Amino acid sequence: MTFRIKPAMLKIAAAAWLLGATAAMADTTLEFTQWWEPELPAGSLRKIMDDFEAANPGIKVTLVSGPYATTRDQISVGAATGTLSDVVGLDGAWVNNLNAQGALADMNPMMDASKFDKAQVADIIKVDGKAVMFPVASFVYPVFVNLDLAAQAGVTKLPSTRAEFLEAAKKMTHADKNQYGWVLPLSLQTPSGVQNDMMSWVWASGQSMMANGKPDLEGKPVVDMLTFVKSLNDAGTISPGIATKTEQEKVEEFVNDRVGMMIDSLAHVNLIRKRNPKLNFDLIPVPVVENYTGKRGLPYASWGIGISAASKHQEEAWKLVQYLMSEKVNAKLVSLANAFPGNVNAKPDFVTSDKAFGKAFEIFKTGYLANEFTGLPVAEDLMTQFDVQAQKMLAGEQSPEQAAAAAQKGWMAKF
Amino acid sequence: MTRQKRSHHKLKRAVAPYLYLSPSLLIIGLLMLLPMVTVIAYSFQNSAVLRRDPSFAGLKHYQAIFDDPVFWASLWHTLYFTCMSVIFHMTIGMIFALMLNSDRINPTLRNILRVLYILPWLFTAVIIAVIWRLLLEPNGVVNSILMQLGIIGSKVEWFSSPETALHAVTFANIWAGYPLFMVSLLAGLQGIPKDFYEAADIDGAKAYQKLIFITIPQLMPIIISISLLDFIWTMQVFPLIWITTGGGPIYSTEVLSTYTYKLAFSSYNLSQASASAVVILLISLGLTLFYIRYQKAR
Repeated sequence: MTFRIKPAMLKIAAAAWLLGATAAMADTTLEFTQWWEPELPAGSLRKIMDDFEAANPGIKVTLVSGPYATTRDQISVGAATGTLSDVVGLDGAWVNNLNAQGALADMNPMMDASKFDKAQVADIIKVDGKAVMFPVASFVYPVFVNLDLAAQAGVTKLPSTRAEFLEAAKKMTHADKNQYGWVLPLSLQTPSGVQNDMMSWVWASGQSMMANGKPDLEGKPVVDMLTFVKSLNDAGTISPGIATKTEQEKVEEFVNDRVGMMIDSLAHVNLIRKRNPKLNFDLIPVPVVENYTGKRGLPYASWGIGISAASKHQEEAWKLVQYLMSEKVNAKLVSLANAFPGNVNAKPDFVTSDKAFGKAFEIFKTGYLANEFTGLPVAEDLMTQFDVQAQKMLAGEQSPEQAAAAAQKGWMAKF
Repeated sequence: MTRQKRSHHKLKRAVAPYLYLSPSLLIIGLLMLLPMVTVIAYSFQNSAVLRRDPSFAGLKHYQAIFDDPVFWASLWHTLYFTCMSVIFHMTIGMIFALMLNSDRINPTLRNILRVLYILPWLFTAVIIAVIWRLLLEPNGVVNSILMQLGIIGSKVEWFSSPETALHAVTFANIWAGYPLFMVSLLAGLQGIPKDFYEAADIDGAKAYQKLIFITIPQLMPIIISISLLDFIWTMQVFPLIWITTGGGPIYSTEVLSTYTYKLAFSSYNLSQASASAVVILLISLGLTLFYIRYQKAR
């Protein structure tokens, strides 16, 4: 059998190829590096990008995705070599270093030029006056309470103050049954326990670990928090193995009815339900100091977004940032991620369909997002240093005041 | 053949071996020498990697790590971890190899033991770390058994207590690493001529005398070679310590590898991390040279 290709068909094919190639050449391709895609349902972030491309003809988005740690290293190296992607997923802990490298674009002029409504975003992370990051999705850290353990221990009112928390933790602790009131993960492998499980007590009461842009660890708020954590430890209410415990192990202990209370990311609600469908738990805000009635700071981790200073397509990159921060798209993204929105007007669908998320959303709306590590230099190193001093304190090697003073000295060297 | 032709031929003969070697030399240069030289260069720069125009720092970063007490603690922990690991790898490896080589054990049981003893070698460092974390956690199996036997009165936080953490990670590493010795020594044992033992039997030698005067001297080349290699490899162990303790509690299990990692990826001080890496390189290089000289002497 022989095939004959007519010259007319060849011409059509050539014309189509030429048209396609010309269109491709005219397109601007944005590179978007992030760790979100593997953490979202398969294909969902790509779908959002496809919708963006459809709404913005001439702009294509290439997703560069990887696990969190790999993305962090990739972004650090990209910043150093000037090969950072046009749009980058950011953690608040990275922005100071990246800004010092001159790697992040200031989004202030872009916001002004496009008359962007700044009131619609939950937060704008600024370093040296430059707007370098928006939190797109926030994962807040309330207190999870095992209601069955609480009921068995006779805890009828869930704790609202630190004193009530200590009492509840004591009641829930039965070391002979491997059951403890609270869990504190201070592994040096991932020192985020300092941020999520320790400093959250400070921020919840509207206090700060900083003063005038400098560390204030020897101030009353941090020393009081250390004293409180020490009192929980001295009372034997904290699950053993603190110094090497990781966040995953913390969640496992809660899932297996071994701890009554933990501070944890709301993102773990579905995981907890999946691991132990029978677990009866509730969410409460992080308890505060006595007589505090002000707004509660809510610790959070976020998926942030920024634009590379070296990007040749900053205008298009800003369009993508705007798109992801817009009310509807942001609501769609955070609904997929089980996170709270970066756009204050966006309402994720799970808050109406799920009681636990609904309650957490109320906590979120009545408080404010608080994470003072965002924007600090070498934030992870600061956490590690604080972690070491907290471990020494819990091992009985030093007092809360000494721990705070030693951490302050270490932190000041980094500022 | 003219003089010119002869010299040309000579040159070709002299160059030929290098041409044959050139592909592998190029690969070694690219994959080994280049990264090494780059890291050495970083250790003399300020803000290495993080800035496009790093300035020359001289020996500043070496000075900084030598002034850091955590560095010296890490060095001491590395030496303890490495020496204990090598000694116990060798001892356990030797005992198990002798057991597997013995005719006194039933062949079927021997084959079962052979499989069991080699098991730790089949696991990756991550799996080994997870296994030992589970076994040694305060509510884990080890504490439960020890308490039931009355050996300990209360739960021991093996990895979380500064007193026990270094011993616990060393123990986990010993468990993971002895099969290398066992397999190598077993091969060596099977190569010792039977005549030696027969002659010793005729002379009325006892079992321990045969071990000291025949077996160990015959195995000595293997013992020294494997010990040196094990020393070099163990000194660089990272995942096991990182996953079990992260270098803590406090700094009680901080070794040179975790110290360097934290400098690089927690502090983002890649210049100091490079200086620390160069120190590890120099220690490893010293041992490697010792190993090469030993191999040459043989």
